[in-house]
Parts: sequence; structure tokens; C-alpha cells
Amino acid sequence: MKESEVPQDKSNIESLNMRELCYATDEKGNYTTALSSGWEPKTIALNNALEDIKERTEEARQQVINGVASPVVYFMELSKMDIGILAGYVGMWQWRIKRHFKPKVFAGLSDKVLQKYATAFLITIDEFKNFKG
Amino acid sequence: MTTDFKHHQSAHCENGVASNLLKHNGLNISEPMVFGIGSGLFFVYLPFIKVNHAPAFSYRPLPGAIFGRLAKRLGIKVKRQKFSGPKSAGKALDDNLKNNIPSGLQVGVYNLTYFPEDYRFHFNAHNLVVYGKTETDYLISDPVMETTTTLTIEELDRVRFAKGAFAPKGQMYYPIHIPKDIDFAKAITKAIKATCRDMLAPVPIVGVRGIKYVAKQIRKWPVKLGVRKANHYLAQIVRMQEEIGTGGGGFRFIYAAFLQEAAVVLKNDQLKELSFEMTAIGDMWRDFAVEAGRVYKKRSAKPDVYNLLADQLTAIAEKEEQFFKKLRKAV
Repeated sequence: MKESEVPQDKSNIESLNMRELCYATDEKGNYTTALSSGWEPKTIALNNALEDIKERTEEARQQVINGVASPVVYFMELSKMDIGILAGYVGMWQWRIKRHFKPKVFAGLSDKVLQKYATAFLITIDEFKNFKG
Repeated sequence: MTTDFKHHQSAHCENGVASNLLKHNGLNISEPMVFGIGSGLFFVYLPFIKVNHAPAFSYRPLPGAIFGRLAKRLGIKVKRQKFSGPKSAGKALDDNLKNNIPSGLQVGVYNLTYFPEDYRFHFNAHNLVVYGKTETDYLISDPVMETTTTLTIEELDRVRFAKGAFAPKGQMYYPIHIPKDIDFAKAITKAIKATCRDMLAPVPIVGVRGIKYVAKQIRKWPVKLGVRKANHYLAQIVRMQEEIGTGGGGFRFIYAAFLQEAAVVLKNDQLKELSFEMTAIGDMWRDFAVEAGRVYKKRSAKPDVYNLLADQLTAIAEKEEQFFKKLRKAV
């Protein structure tokens, strides 16, 4: 990549006035560094991933509304987690968390267990318990 | 309290922390040099590990490996500590700051409040330096940021004890011994050989063979997984290749910069020629990212498009194969 070709496209970091360092060559092919505000193909790839998370979160929200999934599923997706990561944060086995995906099991959870989830999701226990979609 | 630490921005966090900590301790070493001597260039495809619901691709070795190999090859001693909880971790860090030791930390990205929201994923192999503390905040030098920043005590605890794959467990590290006479030429030769060995490894998911394997898989994805998932996987490749930290082209440009520096140290003009070749390969990776972007942006892909991308990736793999065979002979 030539120094003059270091991309300065609009991106998700631009709003924060953040620029990243790139390695590029001068006219003789010698390396130097340059700052880039973003690159379109990269932004598209990132947006693709964010879009995917949005869709998953929305799907989970509908499932909570329809009473087929508990708020655990929704907040897990909202926090960009999967079940393995969530298990790490709440310190429970994955099969136990999977049980808590069921609204019926969720309704019977103690405050102690709910608090563990609320802490992991960085929300209050009331927000968590009373989430209806 | 604060230490007299100097912040330099870098492309990649682990190189940057290593380079900045060594500079602070009197060893002037650039980011590409850290990356090259740490044998940072790599490729691995892990179809059985899922990250963000897509298979894992990596253009670099395991977290900590670059600094580890660098230290070993230069004879530097690095102290590494993990902790059972925030209390002991915080105390050890505060003690270091009191003794004027800026310390490297492994952290999770998801709760890094100074990062743009869109970049905050559950990725636990980020690195930064803490170089001071006020009543409420830690002073942070994050090498991918242009300037220094801060985190509250609570925020730092949270990122040091992030959970999931590669959970940092509060990991803290800092150099404790740097030898007076360092034989850079020997370290560079050794490192280049190791990188050639990795990239030409006879393992189907590693190095050049790994890239070829991914190319083959791309041909199958649209039929086997459907267009949506295939595109999601493609986007994952591009993100791992270009996301903040690789310096562009899946680290190929940083490696080319390293070869130029190495050419001077070893007085080997062939390395300079090879550096130009590596730059061209980096540009091929960039082109691949552009084409892949076109595919998943339109979303109306025919199987042909995936075959074209696969051809492109195979061409890159073949170029790299020739390249590393030449590089192996050059040192």
C-alpha cells in the first residue's frame, strides 16, 4: 500500500476523532507510517457483523414477547455474548443457563441467581426481571 | 502518581505494548521489529471454534506469543502474573506504579469505555499499558489510540477480569531484565526461519495450506450454508484481516516493514527485494477484501462470485508459498 493510497473513508471510528496507524510505502518503496480514518471494505464487514447481532437481538425480543424465550436470551444477544461467554460471567454451567432460557424456569429463579445475570449484563435486577420485550 | 512513560501509537496492541515498554526501559525497538522477531506473521483457520457465530480465522499466533518469543530471542526477562480477583490484581498494579514501573495488561475489549461502541466485542486478547493513577482513575496508554486515555478503577477491574475465550485473569507483565549486548542479527535470522516454518507447515489448517483450505471452503459455503451465512463468514475473514490492529493486509505490511529493517541489520539486499514482494502480497489481500465487500454488500450473490473469491485467495496462497520458500533461502 502506498502512502498516498492510505484510505481516509468514513467509518465507525471517525465520530470519535479516532484514527488508526497503517504501514505504507513512500515513492521509493520504503516503509513509513500513516494515519487512516477508515476504509470502506472494512466498515462494510464490521457493519455486516453488527447487523447480524441486531437481527439476533430482535429475534430474541420477539421470542420474549411470544413467551417462548426468557429475558436471559434477549440480554445475552444484546450484550453480544454467546452461551460460553455468559457462562464465564455468571459462573454457571452452560446446561443450567440453557434451562434458564425457558420462561417457566426463569419465573422461578431466586433473586440471587437473577442478580448474577443482572451484574453480567450491567443492568438492574428490576430491569431484568420485568423485561417484557 | 504517574511514571515518566511515553506513549507511541502503533498498529497492533501487543507489538505496541512490547515496543513501548522496551523503549521505556532503554531499548529502542520499533513495532515492525517486535512483530518480526516475535514471528508474528501467521495464518490459521479453526472451523471448529466459533467467534461471533462464525468460524475463527487468525492472522497472528496466540495472544502473548509475540512478546514471549521476542523476549526469548533477545534474552529479555519478562515477569508475568495472573490473579484470582480484582483486589490482589489492583494491589500488585498499584505497587508497580509506586515503584515507577509502567505495566502491561491483557484486557477484554467489550467494556473498554474509550473504544467506539461498534468496536466493542468480547475479544479478550487486547493489551494496554497503565502508567499512572489518580484518586479515581488509572492513566492508560492504549497503543492503538492516538493519545493516552483513562479508565476508572472499577472499569479497569472489569476489563482485567473479562470472561470468555482467553480470559485475561488480570494478567500483568513488565520487563525486569534487558541484556546490555543484544545480538539482533542472530535473533532476526532465527525469527525469519521460524515464520517460514510456520507458514509452510504441513498442517492443513495452518499457513499457506490453511489459506488454500479456506479457499476451497468458500466455494462450498453458498450451497452448503446459504448465502446469508456464507456472507457472514466472508465478513469475518475480512474483519480478522483488516480490523484495527493488523496495520492492513493481515499484518503483511508490518512484516514487509520488518524485512526492510532486517535488510539493514543483516546487510542483506535480498531481504529488501523480498520486502517489496511482501508489499505486493499485502496489496493482493487488500484487493481480496474489496471484492469480498462487494459480494456481501449486494447480497444477491451467484455461486460464481464465491468461486472468483476462492480463485483470488488461492492465488495469494501460491504467491505466499513461493515467497516463504525464497525467504527461507535468503537467511
